[in-house]
Amino acid sequence: MRGTRWNRWAGVGLAAAVLLCAGAASAQESHVGKYSGNAKAGKINYRRYCIGCHGPAGDGNGENAPWIDPKPRDFTAAVFKCRSTPTGTLPTDQDLYDAVTRGFDTTNMPPWMPLTVVDRVNLVAYIKTFSPKWKSDKAGAPVEIPAESPVTIESVLHGRELFQKMECWKCHGPEGHGDGPSAATLTDSKDRPIPPYNFSTGTRFKCGNTNRELYRIFMTGLDGTPMPSFADVIKPADAWDLVHFLRTLQPLVTPEATVWKAWVTTHGNELKPIGPEQAPGVGQ
Amino acid sequence: MHFSTLRSPGTPIGLLVLNRNGIAWGLIAIALLAITSQPAQAIPAFARKYGLPCSACHEAWPKLNNFGQVFKDNGYQLENDRDSPIFQNNAYFPITIRMTPQWHLEHNQRQQVDGPLGTSIEQNITTSGFDLSGIDIWTAGTLYKNISFQVLPSADSTGAFHFESAWVRFDNLFGSSWLNLKFGKHELDTPISEKRFLFLTANGGFFQLYHFTPVGGPGLSSLNQFGGIGDNQLGVELMGHSKNSYTRYAVSVLSSNSGNVGLPTNQSYDLYLNGSQAFEAGRLGLQRVGAFAYVGRSPTYFLTDGGAAIPGTGRGDRSFYRVGAYGIWYLGKFDFSTLYMHGLDNAFLATNTPANTPLPLGSRSPTWNGGFIETHFTVNPQFVLVNRYEAIRVSRQAFTVLPGTTTTVPSDFGDIDAFSVGYRWYPIMFSRAGLAWHQEYSYVRSRKTSLVNNLDQGNSSLLMGFDFDF
Repeated sequence: MRGTRWNRWAGVGLAAAVLLCAGAASAQESHVGKYSGNAKAGKINYRRYCIGCHGPAGDGNGENAPWIDPKPRDFTAAVFKCRSTPTGTLPTDQDLYDAVTRGFDTTNMPPWMPLTVVDRVNLVAYIKTFSPKWKSDKAGAPVEIPAESPVTIESVLHGRELFQKMECWKCHGPEGHGDGPSAATLTDSKDRPIPPYNFSTGTRFKCGNTNRELYRIFMTGLDGTPMPSFADVIKPADAWDLVHFLRTLQPLVTPEATVWKAWVTTHGNELKPIGPEQAPGVGQ
Repeated sequence: MHFSTLRSPGTPIGLLVLNRNGIAWGLIAIALLAITSQPAQAIPAFARKYGLPCSACHEAWPKLNNFGQVFKDNGYQLENDRDSPIFQNNAYFPITIRMTPQWHLEHNQRQQVDGPLGTSIEQNITTSGFDLSGIDIWTAGTLYKNISFQVLPSADSTGAFHFESAWVRFDNLFGSSWLNLKFGKHELDTPISEKRFLFLTANGGFFQLYHFTPVGGPGLSSLNQFGGIGDNQLGVELMGHSKNSYTRYAVSVLSSNSGNVGLPTNQSYDLYLNGSQAFEAGRLGLQRVGAFAYVGRSPTYFLTDGGAAIPGTGRGDRSFYRVGAYGIWYLGKFDFSTLYMHGLDNAFLATNTPANTPLPLGSRSPTWNGGFIETHFTVNPQFVLVNRYEAIRVSRQAFTVLPGTTTTVPSDFGDIDAFSVGYRWYPIMFSRAGLAWHQEYSYVRSRKTSLVNNLDQGNSSLLMGFDFDF
């Protein structure tokens, strides 16, 4: 009788040990500000909110994936567009949290801001369980973003020059309409067609809406897309100039657009068109 | 069948018992419930449009979670620049049907029935069998970016249709989520939506408190045309919310016709207000507190033609109000909603007295207090346990003694206690349709309301059925 009882307790203990080990093996955490998330809690909300598109395995093959364009992110590849970290590195937990919170305009990914902070932080922890890279690699160090330079017509004009020189127009088009000569040939890391951003829509950028976020896109690139990082080829002051010019391509009321419109009304005829007929470096 | 009724000394007529073969069924049934009397809202047309599973917007459909609340507050828009119908396939049409084939049992205690020699007696009545709910045929969505709509023809189980709701809403006016204007017949922004709750039985499928109207005494009726804040109303609603809907307000100006079309009552207007604030409590989840008020007027008599009331000519308007406060509390998977409400009806309304005649001596404006606590345990998005207890206490009766008689009106006349318990199991959870196995039991006791003996009445419902929408 006593032996039977001991055997029973031993069995319970063994089962508990197995469960604990299994739990530890799948443990993944995230840290955003003062909040810590855990994958176990995140899995519940992943099943509730995310599984339909990203799929149970996190590979972007959810039941709705065939009908979605652009396709849902494949978390098993651990390649993310929106990062504060250098190209080729993992994003920070804050980056993933911001992406979940912000959503992606012109895609099926909505802003998940209505979820509590804890729920979103837990989701980040669970997303990190889909790829072993999160165990073998560390997130990159966030790129530094210096203070924004003043918005002047010189800055905007220099940005325009860079837009020509760095051949941004080849994808984004001379007027920023996303219709450059290379646009139709662009593909993402899974060889799926991907259009460049069309500035004339005025919609939010993939990875944010502020000038700082636009600056960061230059410096980090959008991994998994043809948009490269310019961190090694552009100086911070130049990058701010480019930001100021790009803002003039959007149909929005911004300080850049105001400066630009005032200048164009009197100097518009001095501008040379952007495009292939221009020799590099002859923007103005 | 496994159910039987037993009558024995000391046992109320029709008491539900189980024979031995029915024990297994009974154990299941104890947790369960009954008939769809309220159109409820869950719209897989949205899930199909956005490719999200039902569980994204619904804690357990049709009950909304905060993500669904924000989606609704945004005018059925996710705000990811894919909301306008221009982004949908031309063949897409946002239509949804919902129905609940079911088996249910209704037990009504102390019902008045004809007795021998033209007398009336009281008897318990039990009926049961397979049945249908009504049907909702929904279409809702966006006409354009920031212009949303909803049309809901709803039929009872016989197929008789009416418009449960029909409105157009202009969202994010002046680019602000704080200004949204809805025009038409709509669900009031009630503290806890009766249209989206998880109860279906004849006795539990609505909040008693949302529809309570006091009367002067047993067998008397009220002149109040107002059906309660649970009814959809005709008018305009100005509503606003923070981006995450943690802060919300709504103001509705409504025709005093309780949502009935054809201008059937008078020309006055009612006002409804609701405001709430949510806050995060760490891992417990989102908590919300709020307050609401409804102030209205109802006619007490009509112009007549040949003795028949002429619709829309209501006169002698008298007022009523409902005010209250509420909280929605989350403790992880467990959440509960609490609500308190105080109400008053003018004495003319409650005593069925036209305002062009004097009030009966001793009549007063009745007041009452009530509240409920409703709990949900969401085991996972596919299984939820539900429970509710509701109480209404009349704090001031319209009469202490019925006019022209020596019959006193008990202080607890019309008090109500209601209890419901059940569960819903969703065998499928994806973005095309919804299916739930629903079981629920509900019991309502009203004090001293039986017509012959002025005793308590108890009504219970038991329902099990498949609640589906597509």
